[in-house]
Amino acid sequence: MESAQPGAILTTADGAPLKQSLGRALRREKTVSLLLVAPLFLFIVVTFLIPIADMLLRGVDNKIVSEQIPRAVALLAEWDGGGGELPGEAVFSAMVADLQKGAKAKTINRLGKRLNYEKSGMSSLFRKSARRVLRLKEGPYREALVKIDRRWGDIQTWQLIKTFSPPYTGGYFLTAVDMRLDPAEGIVRQQEDRRIYLNLFGRTLWLSALITLLTLLLGYPIAYLLATLPTRTSNLLIILVLLPFWTSLLVRTTSWIALLQQEGVINDVLVAVGILDNDSRLAMIHNRIGTVVAMTHILLPFMVLPLYSVMKTIPPSYMRAAVSLGAHPALAFLRIYVPNTVPGMGAGGILVFILAIGYYITPALVGGSSGTFISNFIANHISSTLNWGLAAALGMLLLAIVLALYLLYDRIVGIDNMKLG
Amino acid sequence: MKFPPYTTPLERLWHYVFRIICGAVFFFLIFPIVVIIPLSFNSVPFFTFTDAMLSFDPAGYSLRWYQDFFTSLNWQRAVENSAVIALFSTLLATALGTLAALGLSRRHVPLRTTLMALLISPMIVPLIISACGMFFFYSRVNLQGTFIGVILAHAALGTPFVVITVTATLVGFDHSLTRAAVSLGASPARAFFKIIVPLILPGVISGALFAFITSFDEVVVILFVGTVEQRTIPWQMFSGIREQISPTILAVATLLIIVSMLLLTSVEMLRRRGEKLRGITPQ
Amino acid sequence: MKLRKLTLTAGALALSLGGAATAQAVDLVVVSWGGAYTASQQNAYHDPYMAMHGDVKIINDDSAGTSLAKLRAQNEAGNVSWALVDVVASTGISLCDEGLVEEIDHDKVLAAAPDGTPASEDFGDLIVSPCFIPQIVYSTAFGYRHDLLKHKPRKIKDVFNLHRFPGKRSLEKVALNNLEWALIADGVKPSEVYNVLDTPAGVRRAFAMLDTIKDHVVWWDAGKASVAIQLLADGEVVIASAYNGRLFSAIEEDKQPIGMLWDWQVFDIDGWVVPKGGPHQEEVLKYLRFATDTQRLADQAKYISYGPARKSSAPLVGKHATLGIDMAPHMPTDPKNAKNTLLFNYEWWADNRDDMDERFEAWLAR
Repeated sequence: MESAQPGAILTTADGAPLKQSLGRALRREKTVSLLLVAPLFLFIVVTFLIPIADMLLRGVDNKIVSEQIPRAVALLAEWDGGGGELPGEAVFSAMVADLQKGAKAKTINRLGKRLNYEKSGMSSLFRKSARRVLRLKEGPYREALVKIDRRWGDIQTWQLIKTFSPPYTGGYFLTAVDMRLDPAEGIVRQQEDRRIYLNLFGRTLWLSALITLLTLLLGYPIAYLLATLPTRTSNLLIILVLLPFWTSLLVRTTSWIALLQQEGVINDVLVAVGILDNDSRLAMIHNRIGTVVAMTHILLPFMVLPLYSVMKTIPPSYMRAAVSLGAHPALAFLRIYVPNTVPGMGAGGILVFILAIGYYITPALVGGSSGTFISNFIANHISSTLNWGLAAALGMLLLAIVLALYLLYDRIVGIDNMKLG
Repeated sequence: MKFPPYTTPLERLWHYVFRIICGAVFFFLIFPIVVIIPLSFNSVPFFTFTDAMLSFDPAGYSLRWYQDFFTSLNWQRAVENSAVIALFSTLLATALGTLAALGLSRRHVPLRTTLMALLISPMIVPLIISACGMFFFYSRVNLQGTFIGVILAHAALGTPFVVITVTATLVGFDHSLTRAAVSLGASPARAFFKIIVPLILPGVISGALFAFITSFDEVVVILFVGTVEQRTIPWQMFSGIREQISPTILAVATLLIIVSMLLLTSVEMLRRRGEKLRGITPQ
Repeated sequence: MKLRKLTLTAGALALSLGGAATAQAVDLVVVSWGGAYTASQQNAYHDPYMAMHGDVKIINDDSAGTSLAKLRAQNEAGNVSWALVDVVASTGISLCDEGLVEEIDHDKVLAAAPDGTPASEDFGDLIVSPCFIPQIVYSTAFGYRHDLLKHKPRKIKDVFNLHRFPGKRSLEKVALNNLEWALIADGVKPSEVYNVLDTPAGVRRAFAMLDTIKDHVVWWDAGKASVAIQLLADGEVVIASAYNGRLFSAIEEDKQPIGMLWDWQVFDIDGWVVPKGGPHQEEVLKYLRFATDTQRLADQAKYISYGPARKSSAPLVGKHATLGIDMAPHMPTDPKNAKNTLLFNYEWWADNRDDMDERFEAWLAR
């Protein structure tokens, strides 16, 4: 074997250059790890991410208009809506043909419902017209339609249809932030009595912030206690935090119903000891108080556990050093201890906040109408009003807030460092 | 309690006040759970303590709500469904999650944080959004209202927990150990089973328990993705609370509290065992 | 679509092969309202039918309150799993309007009355839509806690009088009925209610009246009248609107201290619809023929105080199955109870429901 010469390429046992070999090993390592991750990745994409993307698409989908009245939509594209003139007889004739087809297939009312989201009265217009349009045999269709309902002679009706005829729309998103697309004026604020969602987002955020603050206030002392007690005692006490954590959400919500209602345990106790009169029992459920109390209880462990794990790493010597250097214990606590726990407060705070703003079950059961969250409205639009586009748009906005907080959480804590239990 | 001689009376007072505050918070945490237990033995259909109960009159107590639970067909169906759905979704979540965690814990993973963020997302996305998305999409592919649909949905929700717990057991793992084993002649499979498996096993099991409880407690997604044929215990409880709040729900709640106690104990034991295995001792 | 056709042909093939295949058990998912109502259907229709047909299993799904959404999603996906759905008339009309449920030839599908009167005549005006098979006539009225209120409410306007009747109320979380009651309580002549509601000022007037009690109302979700009963029983509210049959069960069966306020009760009809493209349609029609015959409808009235939808069933209504009390005085149609009743205007609501619901939601959220 010859001795290595300066400048010669290092090789491995099989004669390949070391660099190349290392590169190959690295590529192999990468491939192996990706192969291990791939099954779960595909699983999550198919069962979770695609459904969410699919739902969010509904927030902009508007194909229903061009599918239900294709001929009228095609002709309306050439009509100048701003001109102040009603569309011509051709458009009316196309509309009648479309309405007749839709009335026979019984699908036209879905279109009325869709347009009603933009302007009230459209649903009844289409309903009424669908009932009578089948009897129309020959033109002139303009007079005939106007006779069925004089709103067909109103230029605004046609402007609205034209405005909302493209296959995609921002209409739902505008509604979700209390705006609307006016055919004449462009994007304007919603009429006063129809503005609800900004308020609702505001309430959701504000109540979540309040709940987060309450969990911090309640969680900080016990996390501190747990972190400073001897391990044996703290291991026992932490059970009291973990048991609620592992107990079913419905169980905990149920028990709050039992505690808070008018004939419930708390009111009974207050009446029994004479603090309350039997006639003046407190209303603590089916309102904001119910939501805030129950959710604070349910989310408290999510605050205590991150705080506790951060506090455990703070050496007690810091405080002792500060005190022995002459600081007042309270001052030392505020100046030395508290700043060291900021990461724990951040982690717990963001976690609780993220979980809180998406809550559905607890507000639905104990929140009444003043303690409901945006999630409850999404569920309501899915299952009762059937305004799925608006539900998707509201969901998208909620998701955007959550993802922004998720990124913040990643910055502060790192997703890798997320711990459970 | 012994205080060092230099403590001031104010500090001593504060010490007790602090303990009382903590006691109150612990009480707040645990009381709502404990209070359900005696209420579930109520002999009348009320949600509160009756005079007979308070005076410890045996007539004030009864097992009728438990009897109701154990004889009701609806509840039996719910228990069976919950067990089947939780079991299969846990198996699926654990298998996929463990593999992925092994992959993510290797030294060179391209786009590691992005991958991790995506895989954890089912835990972060508000349940109502997941539920609605799955409702629409699963309807489209004929999975809505089927056991398979519900199991897939619950498995998706459970995987983040497995990924997190298993990854945690591999933090700080010295990969040269497996290389050493292989270079000493062990087959890669043998090295895997002898070195990696014992190490991650506590994490895998506690991840599986988390996935199990996720499915076992889940109510939002099942309301949308399932139908009455897949009714689980939480489904039955939720419709019960909205239908007719009979103390049967409290009896079920008491049984569920026992289940969660068992799960909690197992997870705690596993965690401590895992820490011991990796040589981490609690300070 | 192709796949669906394939499964349909396969299904038809299996049916025509018959014989061996019929031994296979058929699960019929029947969607209804839960609680005392489903129990009455179970006793009067499901159990007797299953006893006669060992191969059919009827599964109750209590989600009628959200049936519209699930039906529409199932229809959109071409994957309908429900065999039969119980809906109120107005929902039946809009499902039919949207083409989500099958049209029925009432005389062909349903049994004639014992005297030979064809079904369409026996049900009469109650067939409000070609898709709708009426079962019962019910009313939405008020119950109140007579032990918690000092005075006895007698008129609808008492519901809005917080001073004389202090305490919370529970109302259904819909615009329907509440708007009418608000206007009547505000002094509008009942015959004029829908004319007034046709004007924007009239709608504002109705909401203004509701505003006076808004802070004292616990809302129950559409269709979940049992929540209202529960709230009454718990003393969480002192007056609640609910379906008269639910109130009957609470008062007579559970002996709750609740009284009835029948003033301006709103009559409505409840019945079956068959989802378009649903499973086992042949079995479903067989079941429907049985479950809506004269005797079965009369039987249901033994368990719950709703009036049977067939004229021929009325003479057969007797005593309560377990309590043995006469059912007639508890029917909403009893002359003593029906002094003031409001006729629900289906057409007005079909045309205006979307608008009113939206305004109602916005009003609630404010």
